[in-house]
Amino acid sequence: MNTIENITERFQQLQSTNPGGLLKQLEQDAFNDFSKMGIPTAKHEEWKYTRIGSLFNQEYLFTPDRPKSSFSGKELDAVRLPGYEQANELVFVNGMYSSSLSTIRSAELVVLSLEHASENEYRDIVLTHLGNSSKYVKDGIHALNTAFVHGGIFVHVKNSKVTEHPVYIYYITDARSVNILSQPRNLVHISEHAQVQLVETYATIGAAESFTNQVMEIIVEKNASVEYYKIQNDADHTNQVSTTHFRQVGKSYIHAVTISLNGRIVRNNLNIAMEAERCEAHLYGLYFLNGYSHIDNHTVVDNIKPNCLSNELYKGIIDDSATAVFNGKIFVQPNAQKTNAYQSNKNILLSDMASVNTKPQLEIFADDVKCSHGCTVGRLDEEGLFYLRSRGINEKIARSLLVHAFAVDILEHIKPEVLRNYVDQLISERLEFDIA
Amino acid sequence: MLTIRNLHASIEGEKILKGINLEIKPGEVHAIMGPNGSGKSTLASVLAGRSDYKVTEGSVTYLGKNLLELSPEKRAGEGLFLAFQYPVEIAGLTTTNFIKTAVNEIRKYHGKEPLDAVQFLRLMKEKMALMNIDQSLLSRSLNEGFSGGEKKRNEIFQMAMLEPKLAILDETDSGLDIDAIRIVANGVNKFRNKDNAVLLITHYQRLLDYVIPDFVHVLYNGRIVRSGTKELALELEERGYDFIKNEVNEEQEA
Ligand SMILES: Nc1ncnc2c1ncn2[C@@H]1O[C@H](COP(=O)(O)OP(=O)(O)OP(=O)(O)O)[C@@H](O)[C@H]1O
Ligand SMILES: [Mg+2]
Repeated sequence: MNTIENITERFQQLQSTNPGGLLKQLEQDAFNDFSKMGIPTAKHEEWKYTRIGSLFNQEYLFTPDRPKSSFSGKELDAVRLPGYEQANELVFVNGMYSSSLSTIRSAELVVLSLEHASENEYRDIVLTHLGNSSKYVKDGIHALNTAFVHGGIFVHVKNSKVTEHPVYIYYITDARSVNILSQPRNLVHISEHAQVQLVETYATIGAAESFTNQVMEIIVEKNASVEYYKIQNDADHTNQVSTTHFRQVGKSYIHAVTISLNGRIVRNNLNIAMEAERCEAHLYGLYFLNGYSHIDNHTVVDNIKPNCLSNELYKGIIDDSATAVFNGKIFVQPNAQKTNAYQSNKNILLSDMASVNTKPQLEIFADDVKCSHGCTVGRLDEEGLFYLRSRGINEKIARSLLVHAFAVDILEHIKPEVLRNYVDQLISERLEFDIA
Repeated sequence: MLTIRNLHASIEGEKILKGINLEIKPGEVHAIMGPNGSGKSTLASVLAGRSDYKVTEGSVTYLGKNLLELSPEKRAGEGLFLAFQYPVEIAGLTTTNFIKTAVNEIRKYHGKEPLDAVQFLRLMKEKMALMNIDQSLLSRSLNEGFSGGEKKRNEIFQMAMLEPKLAILDETDSGLDIDAIRIVANGVNKFRNKDNAVLLITHYQRLLDYVIPDFVHVLYNGRIVRSGTKELALELEERGYDFIKNEVNEEQEA
């Protein structure tokens, strides 16, 4: 039985015991979409340079209801991010939320299963927003996640409270015995005036195949402010498709940083739907790849209402035979006058085998706007290299210093010091040098 | 200390240096002057080990070693220092980190332990005072957004930190205000001793009023066409390069 047949069977089994409710229709529609669209191939406009079809040629254990894993709290210690002592920690194992491994420290943070949330006071929120990302990510792999949405969680950040504890979300794949396909899903609702830091990270243990197809939808209400960090440094053999979908439904502020350091195939979709006036979003990304990694960042900033500001800077360092893709779309809808939208993508290739495909895309339907975009692909600056070497710094260290220097203006946007130092450390280790 | 014999160098097939001869002994200050494009910076770059220049003929011996065989970092380890005419801007690398790495790499080259944070800070404070450089400048990205004068002072500051044996200063006086020239000259004079040497590339007499050269050379069209003492610099200041160009061209025609 191949993976697709297996998935279909799981879907039918789960649906037959599914009591119904709000999520059932959403799942059935999504499954139909998945059946129609299938796994995206290179023919799909958004999947030209990233091939995931072959990942479905192998068999995965896919048990969205019972994640069969002995993953323990002790093992979690090994993958925890620094600063966890103060953090709320939400832990997913093989796609399912584990309340026993998770820690909630903030009274203003509510975590429920989506199934529960859709039946209680949060019903309207879930009804309005769950699945909104499908308007932006129209492919079978995204539909596949939505087809099993009732296993996901709902995170509510309450009104007018400053959450002093960041929310760390771990997606653990326990691939110690069999290949694992996991599909974490969450809907985060950030209430008016709330401030929150969200941090996502991924860790696979075990050497079997690991494929994570993850979706997070985040609703940002009026005067709310979100810092969002995604840190990807999973094992060499792991694959993931990861969608983060922001919906700014009131004037609000987003600061998003995506750090991608490892993985075999990593595809990120980051959407910002600016559905209110005077929204602001800052998007930063750093991908530093070696070996045979392939990392694809697709971003969409959709200016729907007037007077919004977005600023985007993604930087890439690509070594060995690694490949990178950057695709950044900015839409300015007819109503969105006085939009300010800026985008820049800069890459350096460290080897002859490394490559990058970068494509900015501006679609502007309003006339009174300020937009700019630019992309560069280059090599390490020879002038700079000679300057450092002429001061007695050996070539290897000089290169490392220059690569690190290139990354700095992304690193400095990681506001929590512990995380910034952590990422900096990972980069320095890769470069085999100590920051003086 | 440094012996250059019949040095020829080219870049992208273009012959720039066409037979340079120069001997520098410990304790000496040499000045090289010459019109724009004559090859002064090329000479400095070849000595520092820039790889895009090809040496096609001749030899350079430095402290008994074949200089041309050494990598740029080894040359620096051996005490060669070039203050760049156009210092490179490196965003994201703080000047302090850069200098600390350089100081410790050169110490490593000599088999010495790296300076710890306290020792380094002490050394830096001392040289900062000497060069009248502000801490805030050093905590910024290397040369990024520095004014012309700040870049030049930063070069001399690096020289003071690295304490080389042979310092080549490529137009370090250009673009400096009067006070800054005095500071730079003072830095160079403090640095001078009987064991090290300085090669000053300059267009102006002004710096030479403060740093008195033992020899002045005129580089023209890839060759040293005149050598003399500090009076030669004064004569050039007064008469310009034309008389030398004319003399050289007449000699060649003859
Ligand atoms: N990449 C290159 N290709 C061809 N010619 C070059 C290249 N780089 C430099 N040159 C030429 O080499 C010559 C010498 O340049 P150099 O920088 O050494 O002059 P300089 O004496 O330092 O002049 P200045 O006083 O203006 O600083 C110039 O004519 C310059 O145009
Ligand atoms: Mg020059």
